[in-house]
Amino acid sequence: MNEISLHIIDIIQNSLSAGASLIRVVIEENIVQNLLSVAIIDNGKGMTKEQIDRLDDPFFTSRTTRRVGMGIPLFRQSAEQSGGELVVTSEPGYGTTVKASFLNDHIDRPPMGDIANTMVLMISSNPDKDFVFEYIYNGISYIFDTVEIKAVLEELSLNDPAVIRMLTEMISENIKDLKTQSD
Amino acid sequence: MNKIKSLDDLRKMKQSLEHGMTIRENSNSPESLVQIRVAMATCGIAAGARTVMNTLIEKLEKEKIPAVVTQGGCMGYCYAEPTIEVKVPGKDPVVFGKVDSAVAEDIVVKYIKNGELIDGIIPVNYQSINEQK
Repeated sequence: MNEISLHIIDIIQNSLSAGASLIRVVIEENIVQNLLSVAIIDNGKGMTKEQIDRLDDPFFTSRTTRRVGMGIPLFRQSAEQSGGELVVTSEPGYGTTVKASFLNDHIDRPPMGDIANTMVLMISSNPDKDFVFEYIYNGISYIFDTVEIKAVLEELSLNDPAVIRMLTEMISENIKDLKTQSD
Repeated sequence: MNKIKSLDDLRKMKQSLEHGMTIRENSNSPESLVQIRVAMATCGIAAGARTVMNTLIEKLEKEKIPAVVTQGGCMGYCYAEPTIEVKVPGKDPVVFGKVDSAVAEDIVVKYIKNGELIDGIIPVNYQSINEQK
């Protein structure tokens, strides 16, 4: 896992396995405070206190196909090695929030990777789920909501390669805009 | 061409797309499409599943094969990641292991398009001696 966006895919996969129908991904980059945070908020089945306590145990997993789970421990390692932390909050029946923070300029902070491509792949490969993607750069935010997108696209499938290209361009242009606006 | 930024831009692009081609009538009947599931748990992602997914989408488009690429969880073949499951209409699903971009392109052209079998298949339908009748 050498990119933050790969960790995001991993946590989204957990949310999907927990039966989430709506997943919010909030990325906040604050250059002044030297902070980068990533939150993945789902409405899946949630976890009990005991389950959260065991998340960092690699031999704890709800999966049956293999007996180890490294997703959360790896994400935590990335955050902690960059002077940040990882916090998991959850309530059974309501959902789970995974929030990782990083010191933005820390030498060990993994690069973000292609976040626009990553988000659109998640959206297109799970067309029946809804995603809200929010990117906040120095306090200005851009929100990409699949409910709105689906209303515009109507019968056009999210799996369509042309749609994937359009949506990727839409997200990356808006993030680029945020950064130029703020500078 | 202007870059797409707002929902309005998206609406306009959608209209121009609809003029340019017949929009997948078959999207309502996914059985008639090639279905590919890319395993995307920790093991798959770390091994490069995202790159493979991008390659598959591009190659399928280039070869004009109507297909749906979706995301799956861990199938238990962590040693062989990235793994993908390919379901061609009318055939049993086949799982391929150790799929990098080059193999992904081979799968699209040789297996999906030309129907040839290629190396790297994980025998999911393999029956143990006890299961055989």
